[in-house]
Amino acid sequence: MPLTSDKLVIAGREFDSRLMVGTGKYADFQQMVRAIEVSGAQIITVAVRRVNISDRSKESLLDHIDLKKYTLLPNTAGCYTAEDAIRTCRLAREAGLSDFVKLEVLGDEKTLFPNNEELLKAAKVLIAEGFTVLPYTSDDPIICKKLEDMGCAAVMPLGAPIGSGLGIRNPYNIQIILETVKVPVIVDAGVGTASDAAIAMELGCDGVLMNTAIAGAQDPVAMAEAMNLAVRAGRLAYRAGRIPRKLYATASSPLAGLIA
Amino acid sequence: MNITTNGEAVSIDPLTVQQYLVSLGIDPRRVAVELNLDILPKAQYETTRLKEGDALEIVHFVGGGAVRG
Repeated sequence: MPLTSDKLVIAGREFDSRLMVGTGKYADFQQMVRAIEVSGAQIITVAVRRVNISDRSKESLLDHIDLKKYTLLPNTAGCYTAEDAIRTCRLAREAGLSDFVKLEVLGDEKTLFPNNEELLKAAKVLIAEGFTVLPYTSDDPIICKKLEDMGCAAVMPLGAPIGSGLGIRNPYNIQIILETVKVPVIVDAGVGTASDAAIAMELGCDGVLMNTAIAGAQDPVAMAEAMNLAVRAGRLAYRAGRIPRKLYATASSPLAGLIA
Repeated sequence: MNITTNGEAVSIDPLTVQQYLVSLGIDPRRVAVELNLDILPKAQYETTRLKEGDALEIVHFVGGGAVRG
């Protein structure tokens, strides 16, 4: 099986990297830029916030990001209603001149779990307005199928709560989602360390999106490299096809020619 | 003349949206503007004059990801 060409395709756009990273929580812009660079990511998420009109001294995020190199994926993080999320997406499109949005409608502050009812409402409106919608959702195959049927360009089930670092809590649900939908499945949220990202990819996911796992690591740049390798290793292992799990041993040396 | 910008009451001279952004030191290419809850396309910044009581939202991209920005 040729393992050379393996692009991630979202809404007709091709990407070499299957890792998507956020731009929040870094100590400074230099650290962020370096971490994104070594992560190999081509899609990076950004948030939409009010400009501080009284203090214009602060540097802007876009001063530090090479827009020729990266695809910006504005998110609606912090939105709790469909209405707010739709408003944020419209502003994001105007600010960034791209139709790609990561749609996130949260249910409560403690868990940051998605409010799927509002998510579906917002997705419907945004798709009708021509947005390319990548929704953050629960690891629920039924909701993922609804999002796909509606016209979402991908589905992004969580592995575990945002920022929790608990890893892929329900790999069986992720597996069912993978069998249920045809659009790319990108695990969004929950990754804590490299093995979590590798597990997501070994399951057959099309990509992984993370922020805290890298930005919150003691050495974010080193962790970004670890994630880059883990996503690639996991993907390669998935495509290579692992051996089946068995309860008992299978000898790997020939039995013929034993001395006794 | 009084308007509201990003939730704050401000007093300004009569200006177009473009002139107002520049007066705030904002690069108009890097932001999005909502005027009285409707998106204002960039092409209309130069021709849109602010009026008494207008409510503006000026937003830009900041760091954020799978977390609250």
